[in-house]
This record gives sequence, C-alpha cells and structure tokens, in this order.
Amino acid sequence: MSALLALAALLLHLALMLASAPLLLGVVRSAKARMVGRQGPPLLQPWRDLLRLLHKQPVVADSVSLVFRAAPALCCAAMLAAITLVPSFTLGMATAQASDLLVLAGLLALGRAALVLAGMDTGTAFGGIGASREMLFAVFAEPALLLVVFTLALMTGTTNLDAVITTIASGQLGLRISMALALVSLAIVALAECGRVPVDNPATHLELTMVHEAMVLEYSGRHLALIEAAACLRLLIWFSLLAGIFAPFGIAPKADGQGPILLLLWAAGAAIWAVKMLVLALGLAAFETSRAKLRVFRVPELLGMALLLGLLAAILLFVSQGFAHGFGGDGA
Amino acid sequence: MTQLVYGTLGYDAAHMLGGLMLLLSFTLLSQRRMTALIDIYALQATCLALAAFWQGHVQSAPALYLTGAIAFAAKAVLIPAALRRLMLRLQLTETMEPALGIFASMALGVGLVVLSIMVVLPVTMQSQALTREDLALALSVVLLGLLMMISRRSAFAQVIGFMSLENGLILAAIGVAGMPLVVELSLAVLILVAFVVFGAFLRRMDRQFHSLDTTNLDRVGGQHR
Repeated sequence: MSALLALAALLLHLALMLASAPLLLGVVRSAKARMVGRQGPPLLQPWRDLLRLLHKQPVVADSVSLVFRAAPALCCAAMLAAITLVPSFTLGMATAQASDLLVLAGLLALGRAALVLAGMDTGTAFGGIGASREMLFAVFAEPALLLVVFTLALMTGTTNLDAVITTIASGQLGLRISMALALVSLAIVALAECGRVPVDNPATHLELTMVHEAMVLEYSGRHLALIEAAACLRLLIWFSLLAGIFAPFGIAPKADGQGPILLLLWAAGAAIWAVKMLVLALGLAAFETSRAKLRVFRVPELLGMALLLGLLAAILLFVSQGFAHGFGGDGA
Repeated sequence: MTQLVYGTLGYDAAHMLGGLMLLLSFTLLSQRRMTALIDIYALQATCLALAAFWQGHVQSAPALYLTGAIAFAAKAVLIPAALRRLMLRLQLTETMEPALGIFASMALGVGLVVLSIMVVLPVTMQSQALTREDLALALSVVLLGLLMMISRRSAFAQVIGFMSLENGLILAAIGVAGMPLVVELSLAVLILVAFVVFGAFLRRMDRQFHSLDTTNLDRVGGQHR
C-alpha cells in the first residue's frame, strides 16, 4: 500500500513539475517586465513557444554529427531524471532511495556536457566560445556544489536528499552559520547553472558575452523545444532544491498509513510549494532587474566566492565538530 | 546570567548574527565598488548593533543596549552618511584593482578564519560555548579587516577595512560578560576621532595626487629623508 502511495506521489509530482516548469519561467519573465515598467508576455507564453517549436521541423547543418542530434534529447532526459529526485510537495516518493545529491549533481553535469559537446559539434566560432565559457564556469560551480553537499552531509550524516530534508525539517539542527554560508554559495551556483543575470543574460541573442544562447544558436524546431524545456526544468530543479533544503517547512511527510488525511497534507504541501516557487521567482526577477551582467572574466570571481563560502561552511563544521568531540568541549 | 546552551534559540541567534558579520566581511573583500563597500559596511554595523541588543537581552546587561545604540547610530548611520558625502565631494568614481586578486584574498580569508578557530577554541576550553564561538568569529572579522587593509591599494577601501576591523573588536567585547562601559565608550569615541582623521587624510591625498591610490605614498619621503 505504501509503495503504491509512493508511486502515486511520484506521478503527481512529475505531472506538477512538468506542468509548472514553463509556467515558472513565464512568471519570472512577466515579473521582470513589470518591474521595469513593461507589460511583458502572458504567463503561458513559454508553454505556447514550446508547443509552437514542437510543430516545426528542425533544420540541421550538413556538417554536424550524431552528437548534435542526440544532445537535446540527452540534456532533456537528464533534467527529467533529475526532476524526479528533488521533492516538491511530499517526501518519500518512489525515487526517495535514489535521490542522492551526488547523483543530482551528476545529472546536472550530464545535461551541461551534452550542450557543450553540441555547441562544439557545429564547428561555428560562436558555439565554441559559448562551450568554452560554459566549461570555465563549471570548473568553479561544480566544486562549489560538491562542497555544499559535503557540508549538508556533515550536518545530517547522509547525502540522500530525502533524508537531508527530513532531518532539516525536523528542526533538530537549529540555526547554523554553515547553513547560511551554504545557502549563499548554492544560490550563486544556481544563478550560474540556470544562466541567470549576473552570469549570463537569458533574454538576449545579440550580446557577445552570452553563454547558453551561444551554444544552442544552431538549433531549431523540436530540438530547440527540447532544449528550452530542459532550461525550464533546470530552473525548477534549482528552485525546488533551494526551497527544499533551506525552507523545508510545509512539505508533507512520507506516506505511511495516515489515511485520508494524507490527501490534505499533499494538497497543503503543494500549495506551500507553489508559494515558495512564487516567492523565489519574484526574488529572482527583483535581483535580475537590480543587477547588471558581470563581465565574463569577473564571473569566475563570483563563482570562486561561492566555492570559498562552501569551503568555509564545511571547514567551520569540521573544525568545531572536531573540537567538540575531540576535546570534550561543551559544543555538542 | 543565563547559561547559553548549544542548540537553543539564544545560542543560535547570537551565533547567526556573528556568522552574518563574518559573511559580510567576506562580501567586503570581494567588492570593488565604493558605494557597495559603504552599504555592506553599514549592514555589518547593523548586525553588530543587533548582536549587542541580543546579548544585552540574554545576559540581562542594560549597558549592552547602550553599546548597540551607539554602534547603530555611529556606524550604521553617521559614518556611512559621512563617507557618502566625502565620496560625492571628492567625486570618487574610480574602481581600483586590489593589490591582491579578489580570489586570492578570499582564499587567504578562509585560511584566516581557520586560523582564528584553531587559535581560539583550544585556548578557551573552560568558557561556555557561546563565548568561544563568538570569540572565534570576532577574531575572524578582525583578521579579515586587517587583510582588507593590506590587500587593497585604494585608501578608501583601507579605511573601510579598518572600520570593519573595529566592528570585530566590539563583537568580541559584547560576547564577553562584564566588559566595562567606559572602555566601550572610549572605543566608540576613538573610532569617531579616527574617522575624522581619515576624512582629512583622504581629502589631503586627493588634493595631492588626484587619486586615492596608496602606491602614490611610496614616493613621499618626508622631510628627514
């Protein structure tokens, strides 16, 4: 029975995520437009774009190899797999056992690698520039992510995302400096991974400093639809991850014989999750309108800061725990 | 005095405010623009004031409320306002490259934090947890302020570094029970006097060199050279 419920939770979660991912992007775009005094596109515009692109035949250059054709599907598949691992409204989904933070980092890296290879496969200078920049950022962003994972593992004793959120939601950790440092670090990494403003500008095709758009410039039709869908999903993954780890309140516990009240818990969890996403979307829009894009060679500085803050978070825990246990202090 | 135990709200809030100040010190290290430096400094001073209020509440020491009020009025309002005026008056718009790269100074900063934890925690084995961790954080803020003073070439950023160093000193002072008010008051007056001197110094430097780059001072030998 509980296995069936876990499966049902997973399916509901997947449906919710797939439906809301383009919508989330629509909310961010619309809020950004409102904040600078424009009316902006309707909220459903990303959905319409996706459907429009799906109906179009892709145009593929003669010179490209199989990599170019396979990359959009691979990228989108990696994001789809990742989205099943990040809880939204309930814990204890059917994939809870597999929802390891390291697996998540690996899937995100896989999606990134697919696009980078595709960018280089076309042989255009622009794709190559975008690919090399993407890798330059990844060199800093991925270790920062791993250090945050390490910090969380030190605090909760596991890298399983479901278990991490359960421990944090129980409140037994209290407020920790390391959590604050990890939050800042992870937020910077999220901005870089999703290609948002201080790192990359998602709204332009013209800037010489663009990164993500430069890699996918040669794509059209349903290939482009897959890539856009993957981008929406990536934003949703990061938002859910941040909300899950740093604001885990309201999330429904594992389905375990609660009876009909479970539905109520799920509904409440979904509503609270939606509110969290809305808050994050508005926060992102406000942040983006108040910031200018960084020069490309300043970005490693920003990501280096994320890396060092992650390192600091881990070190603080490591050192203070070492002293608390090793010297019999009154720390823990 | 109430004992603060690890994992309680009193401990957590004090710990968090100290940690926030440390985080802001790192943000100071990573910034180039002067307006951002002033804003972050004001924010750090606000955190300090909140920490003082909190400690006053937890230790039930009314004198600490005064400390907090002074910190807020002088360092979160007056000094930033004066710095902004100075910036407008001197028309400082240049952003100077730091003498040490941003990443290098941040990495050094992490090293300094580790150093201060390794120094403070074993030395203060007998004290209660709050004092120990607070002291380690305060020492880190002090060392990061020092680091900022040596890693920047702009005299303006060096002044901010000094001011944030002093924030760390006060943070250390409020964490320890029984700091005499006289000492704190004189420290507060000292910082205001220091600020007046800095203002005169920056103005003088700007008139002499039309820049706040301290490498210019290498050429100044004085009369007795």
